Amino acid sequence: MMKLWFKSGSPWIWLNAAAVSTCLIMVIAVLVLVFVRGMGHFWPAQVTQFSYQEEGKPLRIIIGEKVDTSITPAIMAKSTGHKMADNEDTLVQYLVKTGNRDVTGTDFRWIEARNVKEQSDPDTMMVVERREWGNFYGQLLEVKENGKTIATGEQAMSELQTRIAAALVVFEKITQLEKKEIGAINYGLERLRLKQKKLQLENRWNSDTEKEFAAEKADYDAQYQSHQAELGSLYKEIRRDSLVAKTDTGASITIPLAKIVKVYQPNAMSFFGKVGFYCHKIFEFLTDEPREANTEGGIFPAIFGTVMMVIIMSIIVTPFGVIAAVYLREYAKQGFTTRLIRIAVNNLAGVPSIVYGVFGLGFFVYILGGNIDALFFPEASPAPVYGTPGLLWASITLALLTLPVVIVSTEEGLARIPKAIREGSLALGATKIETLWRTVLPMASPAMMTGLILAVARAAGEVAPLMLVGVVKLAPTLPLDGNFPFLHLDRKFMHLGFHIYDVGFQSPNVEAARPLVYATALLLVIVIVVLNLTAIIIRNRLREKYRALEH
Amino acid sequence: MTAQQTRSHSIDMSSVLRGQGQAQSPNEPCIKVENLNLFYGKKQALHGVNMEMYRKKVTAYIGPSGCGKSTLLRCINRMNDLVDNVTIEGKILLDDENIYDKSVNVAALRRRVGMVFQKPNPFPKSIFENVTYGLRIQGVNDKRVLEETVENSLRGAALWDEVKDRLNDNALGLSGGQQQRLVIARAIAIEPEVLLLDEPASALDPISTLKIEELINELKEKYTIVIVTHNMQQAARVSDYTAFMYMGELIEIGTTSELFTNPKKKQTEDYITGRYG
Repeated sequence: MMKLWFKSGSPWIWLNAAAVSTCLIMVIAVLVLVFVRGMGHFWPAQVTQFSYQEEGKPLRIIIGEKVDTSITPAIMAKSTGHKMADNEDTLVQYLVKTGNRDVTGTDFRWIEARNVKEQSDPDTMMVVERREWGNFYGQLLEVKENGKTIATGEQAMSELQTRIAAALVVFEKITQLEKKEIGAINYGLERLRLKQKKLQLENRWNSDTEKEFAAEKADYDAQYQSHQAELGSLYKEIRRDSLVAKTDTGASITIPLAKIVKVYQPNAMSFFGKVGFYCHKIFEFLTDEPREANTEGGIFPAIFGTVMMVIIMSIIVTPFGVIAAVYLREYAKQGFTTRLIRIAVNNLAGVPSIVYGVFGLGFFVYILGGNIDALFFPEASPAPVYGTPGLLWASITLALLTLPVVIVSTEEGLARIPKAIREGSLALGATKIETLWRTVLPMASPAMMTGLILAVARAAGEVAPLMLVGVVKLAPTLPLDGNFPFLHLDRKFMHLGFHIYDVGFQSPNVEAARPLVYATALLLVIVIVVLNLTAIIIRNRLREKYRALEH
Repeated sequence: MTAQQTRSHSIDMSSVLRGQGQAQSPNEPCIKVENLNLFYGKKQALHGVNMEMYRKKVTAYIGPSGCGKSTLLRCINRMNDLVDNVTIEGKILLDDENIYDKSVNVAALRRRVGMVFQKPNPFPKSIFENVTYGLRIQGVNDKRVLEETVENSLRGAALWDEVKDRLNDNALGLSGGQQQRLVIARAIAIEPEVLLLDEPASALDPISTLKIEELINELKEKYTIVIVTHNMQQAARVSDYTAFMYMGELIEIGTTSELFTNPKKKQTEDYITGRYG
């Protein structure tokens, strides 16, 4: 009976199905975990007020978001120094995000559930998202203008919101001025300085050029002065208002509106209000720059850097891989040497990525970059231009890392093109190169795209080599901006993969960073999926167009 | 020689041929094979072949599989050059020029000697682009010229009425027989002198085969045709001359009627009467 069952092949089918479902379940589990943990972070949590009394201490108030609950068996709790009564089986603890790091020194604390005498979610509880010191939790007392109270009690909140909106507009103007206008001036001055040094090095610096440069410098200075004056008045405007709030210890504290991102009262929000807030937070996460050692704010520069790097890598790797594959398959005499090269290429795909990073640093950055600096940018020395890790070197290193994939799949694509098609072209008087360009390469283009898809999938998720050749935890400027020559391949950049590592393991504020790790991981997956989907759509179009012979 | 020059050269040649066809003896050989030996590595595939093929006549090669008839055919437009390790000795004269001479431009030669393969091999492009492929390679981009050529070639290949409304459709959407006629149109679009057909109907159904055979009869008004076929009835139907090959050797060549009715060699007789092969 059993034997028959084995012979029928159904155990084998069950085994196959089990393997497939295991894979599927794991993939789904990863996505669900990352999604839930990451996206939950942006939901406005209730702010709870706990009346808390530890044994032998006076009653006090603790305000914050309940983030986590831990249940410890009594024995373990005892061994870690908690006093446990005989009738207690477990110790329940809450992790509360209390914020107010400037007052208390930490944003999170554990409290024991048995000591909570009372808890409530009053509507007046206010969360202040600040540019420094993390969130503030408390109750609004009054709004001040130049130190004078202008609103208290009921009207204070609406007054505060209108003033914050105004302050944000001013803040936006200030950032724009500082980053764009003054940034451009600084960039121009730096270029001027380098040009001057270059002329001096070449002994072409004379009174004419000196005058010319002085005029340009004066021009920049004048621009700077006018911007500076504007900036001064903007700063004065933004520093005018402040709010006074009461913390859970009863102390009142003053927060200037200039330091505030937003103020909200989650307990008073309706469900749809919360949904709106949630979407807004996600939008902010996608488009803002990071704050507070990357634990707050958005991750736009990391998304931008990742996509940018992948695009530049693709631009480099595709032609190289395709040309190499064409030579190997179409021109090289097939024999021992080509076999050896193929084996080498295939093995190259298995080399650990950090090795590529070391190679990139040693060869591209120091040797190649160093020589480029010595040849073309002598005026910048001792500061390196290309002789330091940057976007270009990171892209080239990853292009090298993914080259084998492109070569292998292009070669397979070329090999699949029927001999009849090539002969048909040659028989019409086409030369080999004409046949390649007009018929073979277009027909092999889906295979090239497949190679590129695999390359993108591998490159976008790679972190280890990037740490050596150009990724930083915080890049002050994007590699693409309005200053000539617009694309700055020498700049360092941020990357989602490295951002996850940095936020997760290098952050001073572990509890605050954890949800961001999940959110960033989710985003990285989405970015890779989007890049891949684009490539897959292009490939399918090409496939349809160059459908090979069917009979 | 540039593409333009060779093209004008080939046009001149063909106009000469057409214009003064009457003046030339109809039995003047267009292609002469002299003492041709071919080796794949060390294995000899053709043994000292000598034969002549006449202008505007159809010559058929028959013989059992592996006897070298396709190999011989592919020598005439130097398709065998693509095979690794191939060595060719002897001469093939096309209009008294040795095509294996070092000075011969192979691409230009293939423009004069078109070829149609066993399986239809249209490019994965539109019907229009398939027919104009050869012209475009020669640098012809004038739309009027291209359109004219497409119509003439497709008419020449008896395909025009079937596809004239969908010239921009992918050629792979055509049936096998239509594809094969498209490939023939593609070959005659560059006005070759000689057309080599390598078992052109063997992958087709009987009706398509019939159409191809009718087409061959029309095409021989303009082109010298060499056809390889497995099918002796086909050879008898379409060809003026028939060559029987066996084991890499040319056993016998003669007018089709004579070869089939009165073979001189015993091997030929055995083969055409179906005793082996």
